[in-house]
Amino acid sequence: MAAKPQSLADRVTPIDAGEGVIAAGFFGAEPVLALANGDILFVGGDARRVAAHPGAGILLARFMNDAIVTGGDDGRIVETRDAGGAVEIASETGKWIDALCLRADGAIAWSAGKTVRARDTKGDIKTQTAPSSVRGVCFMPKGYRLAVAHYNGVSLWFPNTAAEPEALVWRGSHLDVTISADGRFAVTSMQENCLHGWRIADKKDMRMTGYPAKSRSLSWSHDGKWLATSGAEACIVWPFDGKDGPMGRGPREYCVRPSRVSCVAFHPNGLVIAIGFDDGWIMLSRLTDAAEIFVRSSDKGGAIATLAWSLDGKRLVFGAEDNAAGVLDLPA
Amino acid sequence: MSDKIPVTVLTGYLGAGKTTLLNRILSEDHGQKFAVIVNEFGEVGIDNELVVGADEEVFEMNNGCICCTVRGDLIRIIEGLMKRRGKFDAIIVETTGLADPAPVAQTFFVDQDVQDRARLDAVVTVADAKWLADRLKDAPEAKSQIAFADVIILNKMDLVSEAELREVEGRIRAINPYARLHKTTKCQVPLSAVLGQGAFDLDRILEIEPSFLEAGEDHHDHDHHGHDHHGHDHGHHHDHGHGNGGGLKHYHDEEMQSVSVRVDGDMDPDKFMPWINELVQKEGPNILRSKGILAFRNDPKRFVFQGVHMILDGDSQRDWRPGEKRESKVVFIGRNLKPDDLRKGVLSCVA
Repeated sequence: MAAKPQSLADRVTPIDAGEGVIAAGFFGAEPVLALANGDILFVGGDARRVAAHPGAGILLARFMNDAIVTGGDDGRIVETRDAGGAVEIASETGKWIDALCLRADGAIAWSAGKTVRARDTKGDIKTQTAPSSVRGVCFMPKGYRLAVAHYNGVSLWFPNTAAEPEALVWRGSHLDVTISADGRFAVTSMQENCLHGWRIADKKDMRMTGYPAKSRSLSWSHDGKWLATSGAEACIVWPFDGKDGPMGRGPREYCVRPSRVSCVAFHPNGLVIAIGFDDGWIMLSRLTDAAEIFVRSSDKGGAIATLAWSLDGKRLVFGAEDNAAGVLDLPA
Repeated sequence: MSDKIPVTVLTGYLGAGKTTLLNRILSEDHGQKFAVIVNEFGEVGIDNELVVGADEEVFEMNNGCICCTVRGDLIRIIEGLMKRRGKFDAIIVETTGLADPAPVAQTFFVDQDVQDRARLDAVVTVADAKWLADRLKDAPEAKSQIAFADVIILNKMDLVSEAELREVEGRIRAINPYARLHKTTKCQVPLSAVLGQGAFDLDRILEIEPSFLEAGEDHHDHDHHGHDHHGHDHGHHHDHGHGNGGGLKHYHDEEMQSVSVRVDGDMDPDKFMPWINELVQKEGPNILRSKGILAFRNDPKRFVFQGVHMILDGDSQRDWRPGEKRESKVVFIGRNLKPDDLRKGVLSCVA
């Protein structure tokens, strides 16, 4: 039974980022890293750097259509393209950017303290003040609508209407928020080592508990039926395939190891999860039969901070807290 | 030593001189780099790239513990600062004049991510020598800040007479006899008195004696401090303000007090642990700080603990030395404490 897991370790090309990696992604097939020192590092044939946040640090980064949008501790939102360089989108003077999200059409939303802003594709910016500091924002799949996570719940806000946001209420401090691809479920990570979910139509609550630590990395499967999560000594995957989501159902566990899962990323077109651990290990696991493939071990053990697949699913880029990064090329 | 970043919490009532102290810490040539979390952004006149404005958002944890409040903004800011580790050696958190220090302190014990990366070094309270005595009467926040402090900087000494000083010092000691007290003008204290205190470090809880009994600090010539009666002593003083030839005045604060209990010989851990846990569950909202060094039966090591409201943190420490007297001492600082009940409780845990 316990066959030795296959290894892809020899297909990993290490990258010395020289700085903590905040987020990694791809411009086409080229790995791109957002670094703690405010730089964007392109790791193609000839490595190039763009100082997106000079003299400051990047707190958040999101990738979309060969662009990377970063939020810094200089209060700036910056969009960086390979050719165009870094362009400032907005600036929240004296504040940090606390949350950031993008939409496929180019809309951007962010928060700083209680202030939430949504910028549509024409560049129009709408502002909303949340009841308390905002920790997470996420565009909903249908309509121009934003989910905003804060203390005691989530607000669903239509930036283009004057209507008060719709409230999803659950006591406690909500951190990250994500919406299922069909728009039916909202899920937040919480201060209390658990996730909370709502079926948006009837606001029915879903408690997803049992984590030994906060679950800060959430990734949906390409078919939208599974949510992979970090925060335990295994990747915890919740079922969203039925009309009730995970209500009354338990999660599955993948890659049980004596280290905590720090980061997860579902493959863009297969039921395979890339799983990064606190000790720097990376594993792949297949949802259907829990088969495991070994990708990376680490002696130094800097936690994996970010994992991302290329759009075609052939490459996986990762970054760790100890300045290490790398890219995995899957066998053809 | 751990590579956790030390965090100093700077409190003090409005106008006491927090910002003066902060600016001194930042401008002095000490080779250390600080990340500073301030409340009134812009007041710090020093150009420091790592000054962060905070919102002082206090929220309750959903863990059934009513006094278990934390600073949500602090969790977020420390998470962000840790991405720039290496840019600074220590963090200073300045609170507003009206802030209760407890949620700040509790953040370092309740949030695992913060606890993994940072450690609370000390709560430093700046007090205005001229006005503190008045504020202790009308501002509950000022009293909490004194009660909570590990270090008290009694500032603006140039504005008070000898008699006023004795008065304010007596008032401070009635509430908190354990904090290290430094008397200054314009916050001119050596930074070694403010930073690197290790006040929440269990390894550094060596002795818990009232700080004002230390030699050299004051010329206290009163001869009846301590009230040692076989096996326990009163940490608070019943002598109401009788000046005795330049000595420290003794006051009793009706609301906020400290109680210390000493036991000669061993304690029974199977009695003490349930007792202290139940005590902080019940009385936690009133107990601001607690500390203890305990001799447990059949245990060659000293057991030390400390607490902030309902949160307790304890560990076995070094061995009792040969010839060292095995005794247990527990100290509470809090609001409306019941000294007789606390004493009875501790004595009921004697082995």
